Amino acid sequence: MTVKAPGAGRRHQAPGPPTVRRVALPGLVGGLAAILALSMIAAVGLGPVSIPFGDVAQMIGHRYLPGVVDTAPTGPRSVIVLDIRLPRVLLGAAVGAGLAAVGTVLQAVLRNPLADPYLIGASSGASFGAVLVIIVGFSPFGTFSLPLAAFLGAMATFSLVMLLAGGRGLLAPTRLILAGVAVAAFTEAITHYLVLTSPDKEVRSAMFWMLGGLGGTQWRDIGVPIAVVVVGTLWFWTQSGRLNALVLGEEGATSLGLEVDRVRRRLIVGCALVIGAVVAVSGGIAFVALMVPHAVRLVVGGDNRRVLPLAALTGAILLVWVDVGARMLNRPDEIPIGVITAVLGAPFFLVLLRRADRRRWQ
Amino acid sequence: MTPVSVEIDDLAWAPARLSDITLHVPPGQIVGLLGPNGSGKSSLLRCVYRSLRPDTGTVRVDGADVWRTPARAVARKVAVLTQDAPADLENSVEQIVALGRIPHQGPLGGLSVAERVLIADAMRRCDIADLAHRSMATLSGGERQRVQLARALVQEPRLLILDEPTNHLDLHHQVELLRLLRSLGVTALIALHDLQLAAAACHRLVVLDQGRVVADGAPADVVTADLLRTVYQVDADITLGPDGLPRIAVHLYDPSTAPVTAPVTEGHDPVGTEG
Repeated sequence: MTVKAPGAGRRHQAPGPPTVRRVALPGLVGGLAAILALSMIAAVGLGPVSIPFGDVAQMIGHRYLPGVVDTAPTGPRSVIVLDIRLPRVLLGAAVGAGLAAVGTVLQAVLRNPLADPYLIGASSGASFGAVLVIIVGFSPFGTFSLPLAAFLGAMATFSLVMLLAGGRGLLAPTRLILAGVAVAAFTEAITHYLVLTSPDKEVRSAMFWMLGGLGGTQWRDIGVPIAVVVVGTLWFWTQSGRLNALVLGEEGATSLGLEVDRVRRRLIVGCALVIGAVVAVSGGIAFVALMVPHAVRLVVGGDNRRVLPLAALTGAILLVWVDVGARMLNRPDEIPIGVITAVLGAPFFLVLLRRADRRRWQ
Repeated sequence: MTPVSVEIDDLAWAPARLSDITLHVPPGQIVGLLGPNGSGKSSLLRCVYRSLRPDTGTVRVDGADVWRTPARAVARKVAVLTQDAPADLENSVEQIVALGRIPHQGPLGGLSVAERVLIADAMRRCDIADLAHRSMATLSGGERQRVQLARALVQEPRLLILDEPTNHLDLHHQVELLRLLRSLGVTALIALHDLQLAAAACHRLVVLDQGRVVADGAPADVVTADLLRTVYQVDADITLGPDGLPRIAVHLYDPSTAPVTAPVTEGHDPVGTEG
């Protein structure tokens, strides 16, 4: 037996796409949707008080499909399942899906692999708005003040970024990124100052908010963000042919019949709305928007028609499980979700990059 | 693919100093656009494919003003091979080629069987069929150029605009590309630098200098020693070959000052006369 030079075997493999790229989209979407449903049931069962998955399915079935499931356990555990954990898990899925979908869109629109919601200023604006409410105690709208302030903060910084980036009436990606980074740095500096000069108790809750979390989610909090994420993601999906064309750059996309500037503007505004709605209820969860689209692309290829729905579902699954970790790892306290996503995300990402480098040359 | 006409009238665009450009191209004509770097070739082409809006003047393709026609409708007739297509793309070759169908597709449109045949055919014609599943980022410049050409063909254009299409191509593929162009039966506007190749491939040559048309006509009438001297500041002997096409022999050195034995330079003596 002869010794092969390193890499020789790989190079001489028969050319052909990796198998996942051949699987039809409905199959992949169906598979991930099933995994998401199972993950959500499991996630509702897991927590400081663990509840058997069968009971969880029965309780949910009894409430939402009354004709199908006749009996279900009642008592305090059903309150935990139906009123505390279920809304939280649903919101987690929506947040994950929204972040991943926005990441996919921004990476294509800005033609930048590092694009994520921070780059359009929305995340830092949301933090600023939220911290203002937490620390200054300005809350004219009761319990809705916090998400509302976060949403308005996101829209304000985003508008500022668009204004700064829109020189000559055109929206150049590089200008947008530079404006976004500058605005984010400025806003974050003010936010940090506000946090550091305030009493201890508020510092803790402000820090927690900035690192992201889903604790204390109630049913009334989740309607708007879920609706925005679902509508937004479906709309992005209808734009995925355009997203594909944008990889060819401004000239190339124009030659394929895109009004590049208008398309970009619309998509970025769509991203800002989805991100505003998501960050307003979850805080600044890092890395999901950046990492999930790349991970999905490495597996299924670069076609956004496939990447977009699969990234949204993967993001949802990921966030549901990360939130389980946030509840379980440091009982009875919670860990901010953003801490877990960053700790998990960075090494995972490096592994994926190494694999991609090797596979390119097949 | 029925070819379309192109009519450019009194076009001007200040940043590239384009002015007084009038150029009428009948259906099926292959027009080579020549001129030194910065003479406005690319800008003129951009005005045609609706990427630059000229200051004044009109561009009509198939009789319709391109700036009064939706971008998508223009893209169904006009395909473009741009000069600086992005190189570092994760997408596979096949995906990039398939992008050419976008102007013809609905929002979630998958590819029909006929479209897949079209894509496979274009990849075969551009000699990239065996690269179909490679990532764009791993290809050489010439291979990428052929991928972009296949993408343009898949668009089923009736006017093909090529901005320096022979960039990065080896001689074989340069000749193949220009031969392919002749066989397509489309109208074509091509910016080129190789005068001899342009003369062989095009029905008509148009020369731009500092944003103005300085020559326009049949290849043998346009490519002259006089043109090379005035537009390119290059001396050359131009003879007509048996096929009636110009042959260009450029004078690299002024005969009076040209070095007779070139490589002998001070401080470095290849023959070693010291010994």
